[in-house]
Amino acid sequence: MSSGRAIEGSFHLTGGDFTNAGAASSELKSILTNLGISLAIVRRAAIATFEAEMNVIIHAVAGVMYYQVTADSIKVILNDMGPGIPDIGLAMQEGYSTAPDWIREMGWGAGMGLPNMKKNSDEFKVDSVVGEGTTVEIVIRIKEESP
Amino acid sequence: MTFKEIVDILEAEIVLDSDDSDTEIQSVCSTDLMSDLLHFSSMPRSLLITGLANTQAVRTAEIADIKAIVFVLDKKPDKETVEMARQKDIAFIVTRLSRFTACGRLYAAGLRSCTGENR
Ligand SMILES: Nc1ncnc2c1ncn2[C@@H]1O[C@H](COP(=O)(O)OP(=O)(O)O)[C@@H](O)[C@H]1O
Ligand SMILES: [Mg+2]
Repeated sequence: MSSGRAIEGSFHLTGGDFTNAGAASSELKSILTNLGISLAIVRRAAIATFEAEMNVIIHAVAGVMYYQVTADSIKVILNDMGPGIPDIGLAMQEGYSTAPDWIREMGWGAGMGLPNMKKNSDEFKVDSVVGEGTTVEIVIRIKEESP
Repeated sequence: MTFKEIVDILEAEIVLDSDDSDTEIQSVCSTDLMSDLLHFSSMPRSLLITGLANTQAVRTAEIADIKAIVFVLDKKPDKETVEMARQKDIAFIVTRLSRFTACGRLYAAGLRSCTGENR
């Protein structure tokens, strides 16, 4: 991207809405692709945001996914109203999940979502207040490819 | 290996043809757990073999750059699932084979895991 201006936008997410689950990340993926960002970076961003979006759909009541893309980085913040996470360290462990069986039958609840977000981000933060909600922040740096 | 060759090896029925049936498939992922797929698949242009015949599989395939999905045990995707795959340019086939046999045949034919192991 040559312009110094940021490209930004947001999507509304509804907990339990499995029909549209993933639509926001899918749209963000095509926005990033159309900006000419390299496939490998788009892929990392898509995986991290999709997992974060699915967590809002699965675990929370409602949320907003906000994105900001500059020449240097992709930043995505997901803010939800929901039960919150009592022990973030535990939730970050691979395989830890409180998802019920019916979620597992839909292919989710492997307990790999938060680890996947971390793995694909350059900066990753989770903040949560039990009984109120959770905020996830994902930053992926865009490395300029040598000309 | 091409999409066409995979259809033959799995004796599969094509639900949604690839827009390019000479599409080169480079590796295979097999799971019903979507986060496992997102975690372990490290290669683009993969094939997904799954028993999860729903829209979640299509959405995840799109995010993970998967080009084609195989449903095992003759599970037919519903209309909504097929429609989503059509929009995303993801090919769809259904095989009567079990997942074990489907994977075994493709391994024997030279395909390897999308995790990059046993290359
Ligand atoms: N947005 C959220 N709101 C409430 N709880 C969450 C949220 N995201 C994650 N969690 C908690 O952290 C656990 C682990 O999350 P994750 O690694 O994505 O696995 P999974 O979603 O497969 O359970 C979840 O099972 C849930 O208990
Ligand atoms: Mg999750």
